Amino acid sequence: MVEHQKMVVTLVTEASLESKICRQLERLGATGYTITDARGKGSQGSRNGGWDADKNVRIEVICATAVAAAITEFAQSEYFDNFAMVVYSHPVTVARAVKF
Amino acid sequence: MSDPIIAFFIFGIVAGLARSELRLPSAIYDFLSTTLLLAIGLKGGIELAKQPFLALAPQIGSVFMMGLLLPLVAFPLLRLAGGFGRADAASIAAHYGSVSVGTFAVGIAYMHSRGVYYEEHMSLLLVVLEIPAILVGILLARGLSKQTQWGSVAHEIFAGKGVILLLGGLAIGWVAGPTGIESIAPFFFDLFKGVLALFLLEMGIITASKLGSLRRYGLFIIAFGVAMPLFSALVGGLLATLLGLSVGGTAMLATLAASASYIAVPAAMRISVPEANPTLSLAASLGVTFPFNVLVGIALYYELAVWLHAAMGV
Repeated sequence: MVEHQKMVVTLVTEASLESKICRQLERLGATGYTITDARGKGSQGSRNGGWDADKNVRIEVICATAVAAAITEFAQSEYFDNFAMVVYSHPVTVARAVKF
Repeated sequence: MSDPIIAFFIFGIVAGLARSELRLPSAIYDFLSTTLLLAIGLKGGIELAKQPFLALAPQIGSVFMMGLLLPLVAFPLLRLAGGFGRADAASIAAHYGSVSVGTFAVGIAYMHSRGVYYEEHMSLLLVVLEIPAILVGILLARGLSKQTQWGSVAHEIFAGKGVILLLGGLAIGWVAGPTGIESIAPFFFDLFKGVLALFLLEMGIITASKLGSLRRYGLFIIAFGVAMPLFSALVGGLLATLLGLSVGGTAMLATLAASASYIAVPAAMRISVPEANPTLSLAASLGVTFPFNVLVGIALYYELAVWLHAAMGV
């Protein structure tokens, strides 16, 4: 099997931002993403997902290094000041690189 | 206090304060709130089917104006007496100008259990009152800034879960009419109080989780969370009496005015005024005003309605 190196960027943030961020991710060059519900605690307090305003999502994007950098930079300038958000990225090995 | 649904709310608060593991799964909470919103919409829609829509125009217009006015009263109070920054004051003011469907549902249950008549098209006024405070809140925070993306604000308001379910319920109730709705009435109307009891259990748990943050924000937010709904109830009660609503309708409009949003406005403010601290406004609306209205307020607003009708000779 042929394997390829890509980056995965993970954003853990407020669920209310989901649709807006997804549109922006596509504009920044992401070809797709995976979203899961998330719960946890951080500097913005406990976000336990019980109801609308307390819901978090985890958005994962597998993409090229340049796109990963663009997403991270965009998240930082647009959201870090006022929103609960954690962004991290690391290299991953993927099959079917053409999807990303 | 004899109503068991209130006991469910208190049970939720106690379980939350005891740090119990008890919590309803998020999907169940969504299901309960969806059912309540649709039931409230349907009730209003059935009532609309019985009368010409235009006859309600004066009520719709004046309730909309009240929604513009209430945040304009709250804002300077929060700025001057509370010492809050512009964004926070505007956001809290928007919460208090808008409405809480949960409080409204408890109001319905209160009227039903006492056999008090109220105008059921009140559901339409609930939708009307949800919107203007959001616009005023954004204007108070931003002014007429070109940065405000009114398109996405409008989308957030009208496509938000609460408003779309209420509007959908109203439309279905209107089209189906009283006889058409009979086949689904056992689920939406007969089970209403059972669904509301479970909803209030979860709301109790959520309220308990907000009580901790009250300590951080001090006495002013508690005083405001009680005084503002009392003032708003008076405005709503007076308006309803002038509009010629029944005692039950007056109590319901006073309840609507007194309630503070915790779903539609937080979502809209998060997008439009992101620098406002959401924990602060939710501590006030959910930690203080919601329990106050559910436990004490609604009964008080009913007494106010009776008194206003007697005093104004209606």
